Amino acid sequence: MAWLTEFGERWPDMWPVLWLGTLDTLYMVLWATLFTVLFGLPLGVLLVATDRGGLIPAPAVKAVLGAVVNVGRSLPFIVLMVAVLSLTRLLTGTTLGPTAAIVPLSIGAIPFFARLVETALREVDRGVIEASHAMGARRITIVGKVLLPEALPGLIAGLVMTVVALISYSAMAGAIGGGGLGDIAIRYGYQRFDDYYLWATVAFLVIVVQAVQSLGDVLVRRLSHR
Amino acid sequence: MIEAVGLRKVYRLKGREVLALDGVDLHVRQGEIFGVVGQSGAGKSTLLRCVNLLERPTEGRVSVDGAELTALGGARLRAARRGIGMVHQHFALLSSRTVAGNVAFPLEIAGVPRAERRARVGELLDLVGLADKARAHPAQLSGGQKQRVGIARALASRPKVLLSDEATSALDPQTTESILDLLRRLNRELGLTILLITHEMDVIKRICDSAAIMADGAFLESGRVLDLLAAPGSRLARSLFPLPATDAPDVVTLTYTGKPDEPLMSELTRRFDVDINILGGAVEQVSDQSVGRLNVQIQGERREAALTYLHGKGLLVEVAG
Ligand SMILES: Nc1ncnc2c1ncn2[C@@H]1O[C@H](COP(=O)(O)OP(=O)(O)O)[C@@H](O)[C@H]1O
Ligand SMILES: [Mg+2]
Repeated sequence: MAWLTEFGERWPDMWPVLWLGTLDTLYMVLWATLFTVLFGLPLGVLLVATDRGGLIPAPAVKAVLGAVVNVGRSLPFIVLMVAVLSLTRLLTGTTLGPTAAIVPLSIGAIPFFARLVETALREVDRGVIEASHAMGARRITIVGKVLLPEALPGLIAGLVMTVVALISYSAMAGAIGGGGLGDIAIRYGYQRFDDYYLWATVAFLVIVVQAVQSLGDVLVRRLSHR
Repeated sequence: MIEAVGLRKVYRLKGREVLALDGVDLHVRQGEIFGVVGQSGAGKSTLLRCVNLLERPTEGRVSVDGAELTALGGARLRAARRGIGMVHQHFALLSSRTVAGNVAFPLEIAGVPRAERRARVGELLDLVGLADKARAHPAQLSGGQKQRVGIARALASRPKVLLSDEATSALDPQTTESILDLLRRLNRELGLTILLITHEMDVIKRICDSAAIMADGAFLESGRVLDLLAAPGSRLARSLFPLPATDAPDVVTLTYTGKPDEPLMSELTRRFDVDINILGGAVEQVSDQSVGRLNVQIQGERREAALTYLHGKGLLVEVAG
């Protein structure tokens, strides 16, 4: 049990590093989540709405959007991160640090979330949409008052999956100087062979993911009335 | 109230064409319940969906309450649809909303202010007998209760016309009965014109004033139920009063509406000296009248005179076979 004693002695030094790393991770993930929802949600709605027989049938648009989403989805995150470096610099003025990491994180998660949104929206009963047309609803009303509310539990579940994926991406962002828990695992754990930091970051990541997942599960359960 | 002329609808699927409506003329009078009956695939749903332009007919015109819907589009079509209620076989309720929220939905679409919405929802739930379920979610209701919510929602914007697509087909017989009673009551109390489609003959018999029999995208016969029953060769009569097939000689099928005020059969034997043998038949309430249909074997020298006499008494006499 020597390691436990050593861990106890080192904890006061490790704690501030880990805490700041956690805050950096949360900062990256929260902003990236915001942008992902901002762009991914409309994209998912468009993927469904442009169906043949959808709200705004446009097979050509759908094909283009689908292709773009697939390209985004098939790039490994680590490659994507490098590929968008110049865009990152353009938008944030730097390629290092948590703020810079928000750009590739968002770009990586938008297509991922868009597909999950698409899947959730397809679950909505077509009969309900038809009934809304019969009541004289406008298309925008159908999206806002029927499609999205009816799919809400599925959307929240998709969002939780996205946030978890973002946490894992954010750890990868650490590899190219993105900051956060991943950065700590690499700098202390990998480069300095400091196992205490390595395992501590793992533990912190597990706790964050678990917290997000549990919160999401509670929300989904409270929102579904099926 | 509903006038549809020369309706044709062709669905184009990859390389294949489906003729769902093949020249249908539909006339539904103000204040009546009109039933369209036919087997699955006959084109009933397509017809109904063409009435509120959920489906645009390939050819033909549709007018509801004097407005030609086929000439409308966009905002004016949406406005017209608000004057036409619709109930659906699988209820089509929003699972994310409470019962009250579902009934309020068409009012939100119509831009009715919140306070007014609330009052109207209360009235509607009273009307369909679900006042105590206002805060429940559809998943907590039985099928019959869900359909009552569907009906309340359809009536929210005070439509003059209600369209019903197999409203009772997903329900058990007792619940079906209560929903049909409700529709009948709404028809009488609110003067609501109802166009309903069904594959159950029983629905026609129980609540319809007029009916059409549909097959392969066309009406085989259509008109007032009692007129149809009194017409020779009526398919409706055959479907509503199925009589066992017989190969016995000299059998006629007699159809009468209203109670005969004389004992006709004994009158026949006395006057024409014929032998009478009732082989089968039924008497039922149709459109609030009792209608009977019998297979009767009539034999004797003066058989023809006996049949003429029956005809003169207002009975429909058809040679069975
Ligand atoms: N959206 C559609 N696309 C292609 N064919 C359809 C569509 N809707 C109905 N049909 C076809 O039209 C015919 C009539 O269908 P429908 O009106 O649903 O009949 P019913 O309601 O009497 O069962 C059927 O052959 C059906 O397959
Ligand atoms: Mg149908």
